[in-house]
Amino acid sequence: MVEGIRIATAEEAKENKQYLTSLQELLFQLADDDFILAYRGSEWLGLAPHIEEDVAFSSISQDTMGHSVMFYEMLEELEAGRADDLAHLRSPDAFRNAILVERVNGEGHYMEEPQYDWAYAIVRFYLYELFKLVRLESLHRSSYQPLAVIAQKMMTELRYHLYHWQVWMEHLVNGSEESCSKMKQALEKVWSDVADLYTFGPKGEEMVRFGLIEGEALLAQRWMEKARQALESYGLTWPGKPEPAQLSGRAGQHTEEMVCAVATLSEVYRLNPAANW
Amino acid sequence: MINQYEKTDEKTYNEQMDAFMARIERGEKIEADDWMPDDYRQQLIKLISMHGVSEIMGALPEKEWVPKAPSLRRKLAIMAKVQDEMGHGQLLIRVAEDLMAPLGKTREDLLDDLFTGRLKFHNVFHMEAPTWADAGVIGWLVDGAAIITQTMSLDTSYAPYARALYRICAEEKFHAQHGESIVLTLAEGTPEQRDMLQDAVNRWWPALLMFFGPPEDGAISSNQQRNMQYKIRTQTNEELRQAFFNKYVPRIFHLGLTLPDKTIRFDEAEGKWHYQQPDWEEFKQIVKGNGPCSKQRLQLRTMSYKETQWVRDALLGNQREVV
Repeated sequence: MVEGIRIATAEEAKENKQYLTSLQELLFQLADDDFILAYRGSEWLGLAPHIEEDVAFSSISQDTMGHSVMFYEMLEELEAGRADDLAHLRSPDAFRNAILVERVNGEGHYMEEPQYDWAYAIVRFYLYELFKLVRLESLHRSSYQPLAVIAQKMMTELRYHLYHWQVWMEHLVNGSEESCSKMKQALEKVWSDVADLYTFGPKGEEMVRFGLIEGEALLAQRWMEKARQALESYGLTWPGKPEPAQLSGRAGQHTEEMVCAVATLSEVYRLNPAANW
Repeated sequence: MINQYEKTDEKTYNEQMDAFMARIERGEKIEADDWMPDDYRQQLIKLISMHGVSEIMGALPEKEWVPKAPSLRRKLAIMAKVQDEMGHGQLLIRVAEDLMAPLGKTREDLLDDLFTGRLKFHNVFHMEAPTWADAGVIGWLVDGAAIITQTMSLDTSYAPYARALYRICAEEKFHAQHGESIVLTLAEGTPEQRDMLQDAVNRWWPALLMFFGPPEDGAISSNQQRNMQYKIRTQTNEELRQAFFNKYVPRIFHLGLTLPDKTIRFDEAEGKWHYQQPDWEEFKQIVKGNGPCSKQRLQLRTMSYKETQWVRDALLGNQREVV
């Protein structure tokens, strides 16, 4: 780690090419994680188990989408391209989100015959946001000051999200036999993708060296401690350290599900990216 | 039993009724726990539950465009808008629930009525929304039409409905601005964007006319008459439609758009708009559930409800344990 490094503005970050590249790579991971998961959340609109939840879940998805916009706008400031172009014009292999967030909500399409899995939604959002908290706590100490400031703001919202998911975890694990078994299955499914979350991809070491974020292993350990304590408190068995993921979203490897997601998200924008929408 | 005087003598009921009507005529507001005649309650349940489920069903055509909204800002705005619609549905269903409680009916019964087609939802939400411009037109004109009917209902004699509407109207104004912003951007955009917008206006026009219900032609239905006596509503379908024309027809023309009705004109002497009637037979078919998207949208709602039945069962199980 380069000791005592502190970059106050986008202008300053642009002066060091290597620093800039690492920072942009990190911001793409942050922006894409939130953007794609918020999209999955928005597919649930109107389909949640009850109306009150629909309103609450939508609010969380909006916060998450809002966070992705903040990250894309930081990238725009760093001359990575226009925020809207970054969100809508990149090909799927240019996305740096973790595989976990791109997985579909279940069988079917959001407009037709969605057989969405509420247990998967809860476990995925909960464990993702728990990791996001750990990541934001680390980003709060980032060498890039604008990122440190934004991380602080996001953490406030995140605490409410986590509280929401915790209530659901508690209720469904301890609800009926059926709900408990569905939650266990969902946990297993999330677990097979979860290791990709706390990897930083090919430029990870540089990010750490520049003090942009702390190391993968450290974040993984912090997240696992929190996750273990939480899962056990709900009466679930700790599934053990997650296996390394099959695909690395951080390196631009994605599933067919991601290709469809990007096509949907950019369908209208691509009609004419130069037009005002 | 809703009517606590049902089993007592007729006179007592009549006295109650007279006192109730006197309150209405004095412009007093009725609260959920106040005495009210059965058909006042029934009219309110019908009106408010239809309004509530329409908000919820109304989220579905717009929801189609949430992920596809063509910029990050538009994505955020339309997500918030659809969330508001669900929130309105929630507020209204809560009001309906209180009215249904003395009848031993619950939200589940209400949703069941929706799924089986006994409870209708607004004609506009049976229609297709095939382009992004439809999302704009829904926000601008459908929400615009809703503001007109809901503003009238702010004066309703039933206080809990008025309070819900007060909140709803405030948000609907933002929605109309959101829709107007999409529409203005398309109107000032490329020829393709303008064409997309014009097509959407053409597509939505008949449904917008139908939104207010058939014209009375001097013969106000007994249903409307009763609602007006009870001061549940204060204006007729046609008066509301004319108010919509006053507000929006000039704006539509101002954007250089046309209407698929060459006959529409304002008669200065009569002070009213003449226009081509939509096909009211088609309207009946649409609200009966035979519109272009009726089955698909209802299927979406029914299916998602069934898919998550296990969740509600688990939550209820928890509650029973607490009790």
